[in-house]
Amino acid sequence: MNTPANLKYTKSDEWYDPATGAMGITDYAQSQLSDIVFVELLVDEGDTVEAGKPIASVESVKASAEIYASASGKVSAVNKGLSDKPETLNSDPFGEAWMIKVEGGSTGDVMDSAAYEKYCEERAH
Amino acid sequence: MTYIPISPKERDAMLSTIGVKSLDDLFDAIPAKHRFPKLDLPKALTEMEAYQELSDIAQANENVRGDLISFLGAGMYNHYIPSVIDHMLRRGEFYTAYTPYQPEISQGTLQAIFEYQSLMTALTGMDVSNASHYDGATATAEAVNLAYAQFRGKRKKVVVSPTLHPQYRAVIRTYTQGMELEVAGDDGNADLDTSPNELMNFVDDNTSLVVVQYPDFFGRIYDYTKLIEAVHAKGALVCVVANPTALAMYKTPGDMSADIVVGDGQPLGIPMWYGGPSFGFFTTRKNFVHKMAGRLVGETVDNRGQRSYVLTLTAREQHIKRERATSNICTNQGLLALASAIYLSVLGKTGLQQVANLCYQKAHYAAQELSKIEGMGLCFTEPFFHEFALCVNRPVEEVNAHLLEHGILGGYDLGQDYPALKNHMLIAVTEMNSKEDIDALVEVLSEVSHD
Repeated sequence: MNTPANLKYTKSDEWYDPATGAMGITDYAQSQLSDIVFVELLVDEGDTVEAGKPIASVESVKASAEIYASASGKVSAVNKGLSDKPETLNSDPFGEAWMIKVEGGSTGDVMDSAAYEKYCEERAH
Repeated sequence: MTYIPISPKERDAMLSTIGVKSLDDLFDAIPAKHRFPKLDLPKALTEMEAYQELSDIAQANENVRGDLISFLGAGMYNHYIPSVIDHMLRRGEFYTAYTPYQPEISQGTLQAIFEYQSLMTALTGMDVSNASHYDGATATAEAVNLAYAQFRGKRKKVVVSPTLHPQYRAVIRTYTQGMELEVAGDDGNADLDTSPNELMNFVDDNTSLVVVQYPDFFGRIYDYTKLIEAVHAKGALVCVVANPTALAMYKTPGDMSADIVVGDGQPLGIPMWYGGPSFGFFTTRKNFVHKMAGRLVGETVDNRGQRSYVLTLTAREQHIKRERATSNICTNQGLLALASAIYLSVLGKTGLQQVANLCYQKAHYAAQELSKIEGMGLCFTEPFFHEFALCVNRPVEEVNAHLLEHGILGGYDLGQDYPALKNHMLIAVTEMNSKEDIDALVEVLSEVSHD
């Protein structure tokens, strides 16, 4: 499982990049969902998001999930191409499949990569 | 189903939980005289006697297969039903099959639904069809749900044509209670004579969907292409409620760029019964499929590379997506949708066109003859399919009572829903009405006009 050290993580398996303001779902999340066939972003550029509130809806072949903001802030960019390529959420969740970017983001309750890895391991049992 | 017995121990546990000592104490709240009232039922009948009694009661019914000549439509139509449909439907594999969650044991049902979906997309000119809804009215309400979900609840207005079936409009309102939706465009004083393009007066940036009917409730045919283009320019979607028989003859709503096409499937091989059951069809564009309610069957290959069928995109349905789903509908009207698939495959494209053409020709003959009657006349001048509004210049109830005396089931009383159309009836003509039937209608109505 991949958990880049430069990112922050939520208990609901989203990541946040303090350097760029980008957020998305983790490698653990995509592996639990299995093949993702649909993604819909629920916010637009210019909207204000609040940590813990829904920003996207994802459907895999076996489940449906809401994705929550990992930080609060004003949406400066949304990944418009993502809905045409939902499979990139499986192949590159930390890169190509970023969901939105926020300006002046402030995180809520987040973990560093080591704590998140431990959190994922605990749930495996 | 598992039989779950109740042991004395379990019963005592339940009684003590709710705080009563015995079962008798539990029913204490019901006055003793109501607990086992004397029912005063007649003596039990044998099967043979019961059969005879029920037959006698059934004899009192008058039906449209022999007893009455029918010109009643308004949403349900008297069409010929090939006998093969009943024979196929009564096969045990179809008749008792439940929701096909398990593809490994449900290939027949799944394939039948897939064929149905394919036929519906061909008929409407759309990309995808779901496995059906309960009737045309609920399918229309599901179109409202789709549009509402598509705009994530941000567009709170639905514009409904006043010439959409009044009962469909009522169902939309019932269905959307509590969603804080505004339903506009169909107040009682709406001008029924204006072009559908006038609906644009109601369409704004808050509008998610415009709903029109094709042919409209009065049987009139409009090309909605321009309206749809204008609605799209406002960013909203358009749902066309269509009569499937008419689609064999006219430009499809798909060709007009409609976003959703729904309707009642009853004309496709389903009896009128007592107004139901029927089924609703629902077709849309591929890009709205994730917001579509209901079942969806897809074709795939199994692990041996063989063609097979499965329920697909189920993650959008309520049993998985819960309160975030577009709709609470996770089922379909399987048997009757199958009936329509058999109907369409037995008739074929040309056969359905022949049915539509017969309806059209006979309806136009009827309209022509009826409009010659002194004091009567067609209400509208627009092109129509197989139904038209006739002014009879006296209460429709009276006219219909007179027709019934002559074995004719008259038209729908339009004054019930449209105060401006008091003394107007909606007359439907299908391939089941012979020239003699139509001439009989004309003759009786001529008598009425001279009374």
